[in-house]
Amino acid sequence: MTTLVDKVWDSHVVDHRDEDDLLYVDLHLMHEATSPQAFDGLRLAGRAVRRPDLTLAVEDHNVPTTSLLVTDPRGRAQLERLRANCAAHGIELLRLGDARQGIVHVVAPELGLVQPGMSVVCGDSHTSTLGAFGALAFGTGTSDVEHVLATQTIALRRPRTMAVEFTGERPPDVTAKDLALAFITAIGANGAHGHVLEYRGDAVTGLSMEGRMTLCNMTIEAGARAGLVAPDETTFAYLAGRPHAPRGEVWERALARWRTLPTDSPTFDRTVTVDVAGLTPFVTWGTNPGQSVPLDGRVPDPTAFADPSARAAGTRALAYMGLEPGVRMRELDIDTVFVGSCTNGRLEDLRAAADVLRGRTVASSVRMLVVPGSSDVRQRAEAEGLDEVFVRAGAQWRLSGCSMCLGMNPDRLHGSERVASTSNRNYEGRQGDRARTHLVSPAVAAATAVAGRLAAPSEL
Amino acid sequence: MPVQLTAHTGRVVPLRRSDVDTDQIIPAEFCKELTKTGYAKGLFAHWRARGGFVLDDPARAGASILVAGRNFGTGSSREHAVWALRDWGFAAVVAVDYGDIFLRNALKNGLLAVALDEGSVAELADRAEADPAFELTVDLEGREVRAPGFRRSFRIDDRARWLLLNGLDDIAVTLGRDDRIRAYEQARPDWLPVVGR
Repeated sequence: MTTLVDKVWDSHVVDHRDEDDLLYVDLHLMHEATSPQAFDGLRLAGRAVRRPDLTLAVEDHNVPTTSLLVTDPRGRAQLERLRANCAAHGIELLRLGDARQGIVHVVAPELGLVQPGMSVVCGDSHTSTLGAFGALAFGTGTSDVEHVLATQTIALRRPRTMAVEFTGERPPDVTAKDLALAFITAIGANGAHGHVLEYRGDAVTGLSMEGRMTLCNMTIEAGARAGLVAPDETTFAYLAGRPHAPRGEVWERALARWRTLPTDSPTFDRTVTVDVAGLTPFVTWGTNPGQSVPLDGRVPDPTAFADPSARAAGTRALAYMGLEPGVRMRELDIDTVFVGSCTNGRLEDLRAAADVLRGRTVASSVRMLVVPGSSDVRQRAEAEGLDEVFVRAGAQWRLSGCSMCLGMNPDRLHGSERVASTSNRNYEGRQGDRARTHLVSPAVAAATAVAGRLAAPSEL
Repeated sequence: MPVQLTAHTGRVVPLRRSDVDTDQIIPAEFCKELTKTGYAKGLFAHWRARGGFVLDDPARAGASILVAGRNFGTGSSREHAVWALRDWGFAAVVAVDYGDIFLRNALKNGLLAVALDEGSVAELADRAEADPAFELTVDLEGREVRAPGFRRSFRIDDRARWLLLNGLDDIAVTLGRDDRIRAYEQARPDWLPVVGR
């Protein structure tokens, strides 16, 4: 039977030519870092934005998290250019300081703008996050941003489909982040290339919308541009009452359509199975998200890898990370802990970190940043007193933004600091010139902050 | 602006690394610009800063084809990676495979990113390492990579190839189907969200 992916795809085909489908874009999201050149292109060609009413811009990549004052002139120039472009084209912009501002992938769902069966694009690879709603959501480069601004469409070849079946019962200490790292490690950092994924199984349907967003967020790290979760009662309950969700009779009609999207026994081009019953929290040891091991594990010996390319990459990664094969992951001392990002910067993530930190203290050798994914997350966390938990433990409670995930704003690591980070990429230099990143879940990040070394909450 | 291309011949920079992500190709601090040009200084900036990087080998000066490994350009969608390669003087990349978004960005900018099997890519890297004067041709029209004693065909997205061979403006082509877009728009369900209302 037709997959969810194919159903959503088919319902957006405007035109077909040769092997390419021209797909309509229901929602176009943008931020300041990848859009200025697209607007320039429109200006040079004398073109208008076709559907400003289907476009939302958010300031997130360059924003500081200690104050609303942008002191970096180049970062400020990108923000100011976005403001000018949005004003010129009548595009709604959530500016720094707006109560709705935050990381674009966190904000759009909060507003109810991402709904089952929609197509969503954004000039950012982590747009895959929004597949959690059963929407076809993927990142593009700036040329495609310009194309979507001008035409509200994108020309693509139909992708192959892949089922990612998480089987077995998810242990309580295994989070969506651990599922993602385990899957990417199993398949490799480009293992899902050319596919759109559907995440399936009880371990997925048992996740909250926040958890599903974490899982879908990391899809791009497996080489696939989009990953979806079939919409269900959890999805509908999340959407009900959101500012842009339909209401009354319209809601009923939308709901009836959304219920037709999942398929009982779809046929996929490929199926990958991950048994979750035996999983434990995961942590990366290398310089891509496919290089990870259970937290209980040891740094692997890349010279034992069968594949020459993986052997070379692993050897390089260990040199960069300053690690020796055989070292226990739990013995690695950590300088900085970062909780935040579009991967793990939602309320549930902050609660998980706070639950570990409550009544405990961040080790004196550790700097810990807690950065809410949006201003709304920040406000809700403060309403629950989470900020007090963080501050009392010795962590820094920040304003919302992309922060330390990508080293584009003042939140960067110094020298070859070692960081436990809830973000999505452990690439060389991602979080600072020589920074050494270990990707973890929020609970492991918090336990690590207390222990001063990589640690699970159960050890405290 | 549209680019018209048929083939490119040039010398080679062999980069024997896999999973080269776009954060390596151009670190984020170099992406804080408003233009599509001026990114050459950011190309592989972290690796070059550590010294001994192949791009700075004087024997490779003027080389215009990058030979990489698997999964080149994985990660961030930043088109700055393509702009930086182009600004440096690269006209083509030959790798085993690519990050999806990078590949699309490359072809949209006329950077001829083509994929060959692992053995062929390794052979090209060997020959380029042995001889900095080694020249390669990436022929878009004929869909093949050629060098003396070397000829391999590659697959490439047909639409991207057609746009490049004819120097067409992608957006203008799509706007030519405006009637279809309008028809689709009129049939969209009324519950779909509209921003700002």
